[in-house]
Order: sequence, then structure tokens, then C-alpha cells
Amino acid sequence: MTTGILSFGAYVPRKRLQRSAIYAANAWFAAGLKGLAKGERAIGDWDEDTITMAVEAARDALVGIDRSAVTGVSLASTTFPFADRQNAGIVKEALVLQDESGTMDVGGSLRAATTALIQALRSSAAGAGMQLCVASDMRKSRSASEAELLNGDAAAAIVVGEGNVVARFVGSHSVSADFVDHYRASGQAFDYGWESRWIRDVGYHGILVDALQSGLVAMGVKADQVDRLIIPITVRGVAASVGRKAGFRDEAIVDTMSSNVGDSGAAHPLLLLASVLEAGAAGQKILLVGFGQGVDMILLETTDALGKLAPRVGVKGALARRAEDTNYMRWLAHRGLLDIERGLRAEVDLRQPLTALWRQRKAVFGLVGGRCTHTGTVQFPKSDVSVNPNDHARFTQEDYPLADRRARIVTYTADALAYSPAPPTYYGLVDFDGGGRMKIEFADVEEQDVEVGREVAMMFRIHAIDEQRKFKRYFWKAAPVVSGA
Amino acid sequence: MASGIKDKVAILGMGCAKFGERWDKDAGELMLEAFDEALLDAGIETSQIDAAWLGVAYDVANLGSSGIPMSFALRLPNVGVTKVENYCASGTESLRGAVYAVASGAADIALAMGVEKLKDTGYGGLPTRTLGTNLDMIGVEGSGPGNFAQLASAYRNVHGVGKGDLKRAMAHVSVKSHANGLKNPKAHLRSAIDIDQVLNAPMIAEPLGLYDCCGVSDGAACAIVTTPEIARSLGKRDLVTIKALQIATSNGWEQQHAGGWNGSYFHTTRIAATKAYKEAGITDPREQIGLTEVHDCFSITELVTMEDLFLSGEGEAWRDVLDGVFDADGKVPCQIDGGLKCFGHPIGASGLRMLYENYLQLLGRAGDRQRKTPPSLALSHNLGGQPSENVSAVAIVGLADA
Repeated sequence: MTTGILSFGAYVPRKRLQRSAIYAANAWFAAGLKGLAKGERAIGDWDEDTITMAVEAARDALVGIDRSAVTGVSLASTTFPFADRQNAGIVKEALVLQDESGTMDVGGSLRAATTALIQALRSSAAGAGMQLCVASDMRKSRSASEAELLNGDAAAAIVVGEGNVVARFVGSHSVSADFVDHYRASGQAFDYGWESRWIRDVGYHGILVDALQSGLVAMGVKADQVDRLIIPITVRGVAASVGRKAGFRDEAIVDTMSSNVGDSGAAHPLLLLASVLEAGAAGQKILLVGFGQGVDMILLETTDALGKLAPRVGVKGALARRAEDTNYMRWLAHRGLLDIERGLRAEVDLRQPLTALWRQRKAVFGLVGGRCTHTGTVQFPKSDVSVNPNDHARFTQEDYPLADRRARIVTYTADALAYSPAPPTYYGLVDFDGGGRMKIEFADVEEQDVEVGREVAMMFRIHAIDEQRKFKRYFWKAAPVVSGA
Repeated sequence: MASGIKDKVAILGMGCAKFGERWDKDAGELMLEAFDEALLDAGIETSQIDAAWLGVAYDVANLGSSGIPMSFALRLPNVGVTKVENYCASGTESLRGAVYAVASGAADIALAMGVEKLKDTGYGGLPTRTLGTNLDMIGVEGSGPGNFAQLASAYRNVHGVGKGDLKRAMAHVSVKSHANGLKNPKAHLRSAIDIDQVLNAPMIAEPLGLYDCCGVSDGAACAIVTTPEIARSLGKRDLVTIKALQIATSNGWEQQHAGGWNGSYFHTTRIAATKAYKEAGITDPREQIGLTEVHDCFSITELVTMEDLFLSGEGEAWRDVLDGVFDADGKVPCQIDGGLKCFGHPIGASGLRMLYENYLQLLGRAGDRQRKTPPSLALSHNLGGQPSENVSAVAIVGLADA
């Protein structure tokens, strides 16, 4: 059996903050940032984080895949919402994967995703079954920092397994070196970084180029045989200069999406891999690189199956689902970097009873409702007694996942009174295609997007944040379906 | 269906505190203000009360738990005091307890009190609080305006009414209530407003602007009820009796059953009204009901409620509103006292405040705002919750011989 990549998916938040807006707010202090003030970077909304983005990327990757076949899930990130509560476990619950799944978080380095992918490819080759590798990062940065302009929020997911692979696993190679170009101490919000000229000369042109050359030898391939070289370093010109120095062809160097997404940290290698795969053709050799206290290299070769993959949002679709944003202040507030007066209404203190969360985990994380096996009535949430007025059948409901079903707006409003980090709050009643109705908050919505009858799709989002106990509640929201995206 | 309680219970006396931002009084003192008026009206002593019910909704800025705080505040004679909470219908729920106690013979004289002290929250609107353990995980923490505003989006869609037409009809509802409230010394907001003010006000929850929303205030109102026989024995001659009292509660159909309810009306109000008319022997409400006090928490709520009470045909209330059918001098006046719009909505008190106005109007005691031909049957409608899940209470009172 051939081991390799079975599928891929991507998620880029809809909002793209204009770098010129960031610069305009900070130029008084850091005029030198002007050179970076071009293009846009992806920013998550207030109700998005590493986990919600990971879930969306994974859903995209699982299009056309039998979820019950997934036996392992890894989540790579440097910005896990929970330090001790498995973040990959939340992703697994949201995807309603089988409980008999191995799950793990992989962090600590921007190389986390490539390391996890190598492990998944190796374990799958050893018979471990289908592995879902998700990478997601939403890094915070200080105002007027370079990172603020260079970074971006995004997630990507790769499904690894055996059989009808779209890209065959040829080999991998890793080098470890405690080269501290930047670091973030435990519990700290921001990176601390060293001089970029040193990082370029010693890190990229030294450690990385050396690793590439030794890796090519180890994997038995020549640089000019590689069709696509993915170096997820968004610093201007670095991917190209590293590639050239290591002997790769110029046309093999993959665009790093620095101008329209930004550096998505641990997610970036997989995001770029997804973009290469979705644009790729059969028979291409792809070399995926991860850089962070060392180097990971994964050599893949695309197959005929690539052209037959079920349609998905992918990177292209995610980039097309775009809302230009120039509101720098709002973004700072949403990332907790601006202490705005939120008003007395925001003071309500709600803790999450963890007992109840456990009981309701399928409804909360998976948006699993119930379907009456007698009448076919679908409802959310599932209950012992059916909501059907003509047959309140008892104890007849089976699990009925609703997250991947489209719905239509029945009623709606834009509420400017209820507290929200992004007022007004849009919400309303929606009817799912195939049955089921619920009152639900809307996400990624503008005034013109809501009308009775409009189609909406479910998205996994932050429901509420318990500031006192630092607990995040997750749930689903309805996002307007934008035609063409 | 049960035979009902028509004419089994009479109102012996009623009281209503001055509604408003009562920075001067707490909930206990507001209750006493209403209670003293009711005692005087009833012509009895506190010691004659056999049982009492207290309707109050929010613990956040209020009395705390149980009936004890009312027993303390009024120094009730160690009788059973039951605190009830049924969202914004808590006032009528309290009345139901007292009325049922008298109708059953368990009590000769019973007290129904409703109170709410909202202005200790520190902000306008209703207090934010938990929705309950499960709904905190999967529900939407919308505001009152946000929940009720959704009626408008559905109503427009179902009946093909234009945004501008509906907004104008909603505005008429509020202009009318302000004109009425101006004449009421116990109302909180006593100022006339015009259509343009309503249309141009800041948006609270699309399409509800500031003047489409009722005020928030402190207040209390109460009723002392007994049997018609006891009332007469105590010297009462013009008796107002309970003709019907019905409450209907959502069971999830509106909110959870796809393709059923269309979002443009109150399923429960139609049920409660149908039952109440049957109980009261009313066959043509638009002709027989002389006066209504309905739950106008928002202009759109009052508008669709006219249809749910069968006072307007489906999809026609917006035209009837604009035609003045529900104005003080119209065919069936609605909110002749100013309504929630001008009284504000101290949750537990509202249902009994509505009853208070109907009681005064039936007896011809409503002063400047007295309907010229005093009605013989008057309806109050008290709604708790939100359009997709709610408690709807309908109380019909009338002259004993009506």
C-alpha cells in the first residue's frame, strides 16, 4: 500500500486587516515600519482562535472522507488556548470523530506541524490508519512591532493515510539546532526576537541551506528534480534566496502568501502545502520545509488522484471569502490588547459547569441533534420526548449531526443592546435543510447578509469567554453563504 | 375543557404604586405603596388576608428568594405567601394563584402582588443573567429588543408588508401610547412624541428604535380578591369579576420544529385567547371587548398581539393600527393608561398594573383618561419570554352583570 496524503483543507479568517491601517496608527512611533506596510494580513474575528480555525480547516480537509476511518488527530500550534486540556481533543469532538482516536497537541516550535506530519506519515505507513494533521496559529504581537505586520492568522489540515493518495510520501529528513531567532516564554503573550540580519545569514542561509543539502542527499533526490519547494518564511526574498543557494530552480519556489495572509506560524507550512496541492498536477515532486530550532523536510510526489479529489474551499476559496478591514483599534480590542470600556452589561459572570458540558458535549461541540426514528422529525437539541406536535414520541431519537447541513433564516435581528465584543449581535431562527430548527448567533455577517430565507452554513466559534476563570466556551454559529466562495 | 372560573371571584380592591425611577424606595416600600391603596379601596385590614402570592422575576436586583420578604414588608398575618416567577407574565401568574385560591374555597380573601425593582442594576434595559445551565452553552444571550425585533422580519416576510409601512405602523403604536400616558399621573414617561421622533430614533435592535421599546422602571401593583358574596357582604356594590384567566406556555414547537411556526405571531397568545374567550363566553371579541391592556414591551409586540387576540385579521393589524382602531378614541382602545411604553416594565408588576387600569375603567374611576362609554368587558394580556418561547397570559374582567 502507498502511504501519503489523502486530502487537504485550509481556513483563513475572512477579515484582512490592511497593513497600511496598522502602520498609520503606529507611524508616529515606528516610522521605520513603512517598508512592511503593504498588502494585508488575515485576522481572526473576536470569536475565533486556534481551535476554531483548526476545526474549520479540518472540516474542509474531511470533505469526501469517511470520518469514522480517522484514527488519530494532531493539532500543531504555538498558541494553544489551553495549556492543560488537550486542544486536539476539542477539535476531535467538534468533528464528531470516533472516541477510539488517538489525539495529541504538538507545539513548542514553528516546526510543530511538519514534525507532526512526519510522525503521521510514518505511523500510517506502519499501519496506524488514517491520521488527521491540523495546524493552526493565532499569534499575538505588540503594537508597532514587525510581527504585527508580518504575521497572519490561519489554519490548514492534511489527511494522511494509505491507498488512493493524492501525494505519495517519498521521504523525510530532520535537523535539530537550538538556534534562538525568537522565543516566547511559557505564559507570555509576545515573542522576543533577535536581529533579522543574523537570522538571515546564520539561520536561513546557514542552518536551513545546509539542512536542505544534507536532506536531499539523505532522501536521494537532486535539487533540480524538485518541482515545488515550500519554504514557509515570509520575510521578503528569503524563500527565493535560500532555494537558489541550495540549488533549487527559481520556478520551484512557492509564493509564501506574505502579501495576502501573513506568516501563520506553525500553520504556515501546511497552509502552503494545501495551496500547492490544490494548484498541482500529477507527478510533481514537492519538498515541504519546516523551520524552527532546526529543520524538517518532507518529500512528496503527487499522483493522478489529485485531480479527482472532491471540491473543497481550500486556500483559494478561503482567500476569496474576504472582507477588507481597516479597523486596527477593533482588532486590538478583540485580541485583548486594548482595554476598552465594555460597560456594566459585560460584567455578567457565568462559569461553565463542567459536569453539564460533559453531558452535553455532542450537542455543544458537534452540533449533534436528534432524529426521531418513528417520525423522522429532526430537532436540536436532542431530547427524550420529541418536539413533533403530532407525535411526542419518547426515547426514539438517534444522533443527527447538523454541522455540515445548510440552513435558512426564518427570523433575524441585529441587536445593539446585548453585550457583544462586536456589536450589533446578529442572531435569529434558522431551519436546517432536512429538518431541525434552532435559535443561533450569526458570524461573519454584515447588514446586507441577513434576510428571511437566506442560506447560512454552520461554523465552529467561541461562544463566550469566562474572563474570571479563563475558560472559553465553544459552540456553533451561522455564517451567510456567500455565492462564489 | 374545565367549566372555568367566570364570575366566581371578584376584585375587592386594587392598588398601584407610582411607576418610574424610584431612587427613593426599595421593592418592599413599593409593595407597601400599592398595598395601602388596595387596602383602602377594599376596606379591609391586613389581618383579613388569608393567603398571598408575589410575582417577581429578577433576583439580581430585588427581594431575594421566597415569599418571606413580602410577608416582612407588609407584616402579613403569618399566612401562606408564595413567590411565583414566570418571566414577564409573573404578575398575572401571581393573580392566578390568588384567584384560584378564592375560587376553590381555600381562601376567603387573597392578595396578588407584583413588584420589580429594576433601577438598582446600574444600567438601562433588563438585567443580564444566566439562561440556565444548558442554554448558556447552546443558546443566544440576546436582549429583549433583539428577541422581539425578530417578529418584524418574519411579519414583513409572511404578510408582504414593506419595511417602511411596518415601521410607520409600529411608530403609531408608540405615539398613541405616549399620548395616553401623558394623562396618567402614575406613568413613568409622561411626554407626547410624534411619528418623526420615533422613526428617527437610534436603533436598539433592527428594526426597533428607542421609541419602539418600553421603558424600564420600578413599580408595584396589587389586587385583593374575594368571592362576589363576601364582596357584597363587605358593602361593595359595583363589582368587577374575573371572567376568564388563561395562561399558555410554549413547549418548544415554535423554536425547535422546522417549518412550523413562521415567526410572525405568538402561538401561545392565540391559544390563551381562544380559551379565555370560551371561558368568558365571548364570541366576537372585536365587538364585545371594550378595552385592552396588552404586553407592549415593544411596538411590534402590541401590533401582532392585536391579531393573536383576534381583534384584527391576520396580516391586517398594521392597517388597523394606522387607522386608529386601537387609539383611545378608537373602536377598541389599547393601552389607554399609556401601557408598558409609558409605565415602563417592572416585570412582576406589569400584569397587575394592566388589571388595575381595566378595573378603574370598568368602574368609571379613570379620571382624565376615562373612556367615555365605560367598557363592560376589558382584557389584559401579559407575556413573558420571547416570541419563540414564551408564557402568554390573558385575563378578562368585567362588571359582574356583564
